Amino acid sequence: MNVVTERIIQLGILVFILGGWQLGVTAGVIDVFFFPAPLDIFNQIVTWIIQPSFYKHVSITLTETVLGYVIGTALGVAAGVWLGLSRSAARILDPFIKGLNAIPRVVLAPIFVLWLGLGLWSKVALAVTLVFFITFFNAMQGVREVNPVVLANAKILGAKRSDLLRHVYFPAAASWILSSLRTSVGFAVVGAIIGEYLGASAGLGYLIAQAEGNFDAVGVFAGIIILAVFVLIIDRILDVAEGKLIKWRPNAAEERPA
Amino acid sequence: MSLAMLKPVPVQPGEPDTRPMVSIDSVEMSFGTYVAVQDVNLTVADGEFLAIVGPTGCGKSTILNAIAGLLKPTKGTVSIDGTLINNIQNDIGYLFQQDALLPWKTSIENVELSLMFKGIAVKERRERSMNWLAKVGLKGFEHRYPHQLSGGQRKRVQMAQALIAAPKVILMDEPFSALDIHTRHLMQNELLRLWQEERRAVVMITHDLEEAIALGDRVAILAAGPRSRVIESFPVELERPRDVAEIKLDPRFMDLYRNIWASLRGEVEKSYERRD
Repeated sequence: MNVVTERIIQLGILVFILGGWQLGVTAGVIDVFFFPAPLDIFNQIVTWIIQPSFYKHVSITLTETVLGYVIGTALGVAAGVWLGLSRSAARILDPFIKGLNAIPRVVLAPIFVLWLGLGLWSKVALAVTLVFFITFFNAMQGVREVNPVVLANAKILGAKRSDLLRHVYFPAAASWILSSLRTSVGFAVVGAIIGEYLGASAGLGYLIAQAEGNFDAVGVFAGIIILAVFVLIIDRILDVAEGKLIKWRPNAAEERPA
Repeated sequence: MSLAMLKPVPVQPGEPDTRPMVSIDSVEMSFGTYVAVQDVNLTVADGEFLAIVGPTGCGKSTILNAIAGLLKPTKGTVSIDGTLINNIQNDIGYLFQQDALLPWKTSIENVELSLMFKGIAVKERRERSMNWLAKVGLKGFEHRYPHQLSGGQRKRVQMAQALIAAPKVILMDEPFSALDIHTRHLMQNELLRLWQEERRAVVMITHDLEEAIALGDRVAILAAGPRSRVIESFPVELERPRDVAEIKLDPRFMDLYRNIWASLRGEVEKSYERRD
């Protein structure tokens, strides 16, 4: 099957679902209170997009996501490399880490609001707690799985401890971290949105919460779609970033069956 | 990689220095209650190529790791050039069986590692690495990553990486066993050529007796493990430079092979019996 046919089929499926939905609404079969007409949702999205104030919400959510991701990753890498190298520290801290990781992060949101207020930082904190553990486990795994032969070779070639960290452990961990980049950015978005949803004065999550408060299903659906697009765009950017960052690895896309 | 450069370089049949470069004195290596090797005594003269042959699982690699300082002997001592070894050695070159290159560094970055760790300036180390890459026939491959090179090419990079710092002793742990037979012959010849340009003490571990005789000045036989030790040692008096593929047809080579095999065979059989 060639690409064009596949695209046509994909388009067909989309038209079928949306068209059927729209028809159902017009015919009165579908209750617009629960499932608003696709055209109304589309109009709502357009109204938002042409409003300058909408971009304030997007930029706030984006800031929270990026800050949460960067801080969470930095802390996760530092802790992961440290515990990856020090087995005894890892053994001592293990129950605490497992315990913390077992807490569903959503329940922390009210605490962060209490501590950090309704502003940006309570959302960032929530995103950090989500991102931290993913990067942490990946970095620790990366450091532990450094090929012992490669390590022995580097030592024989004269690598000091700092050289080993810089030229062996960090790059080894980096490939694991980058492979979890997608997941962790996804979690950063989730953290930011949930934080906004539970209590905020701006952001995409706030937009959805507000619509929900008014029983405005159109607004909720429009918000969901905008969120999906938001994540897809980030995903796309990461695709490019990943390709640039890991040049030394056989390209995964090349090996993927076409 | 041109075949032209594989022509044996004319070398005066220099008598190896008799000063011991590596000396292993009654070394025992054990892991918990398992004694891998016991009471091993070996000396390698400067410029001598020693090949150690033994059945699988006889603890050959542990001896190399003791020389490299990666493992500490349970008993006995190892010294290089008169200095006792008690930590990881930096004046040795170690050629591993497995890929030991850093996968996130290009060929040239891998080759220059030891110079970089020594703090040599970028310009000089680049230049020297380029020379070494050319020496091993990888000119034009400087900016390839290991995954973009073939198995033989990766071995060449590893050779350049191990030899660039002009180590006193070169250790090799079945360095070519993962390569196909033709590539292996090429690499063995290449190795001999590089070694003859600047003779150093070499300790090579192998399970391939042909390789041991073709490359070595002396072949030491290890007994089947556990509690493996050196049972016999045969001098190989075949003149150099040698061509690894052709020397196998030399009648003296075949005599040596027969002799050494007669001694090795029993150990190989023992090692199989113990495993069953």
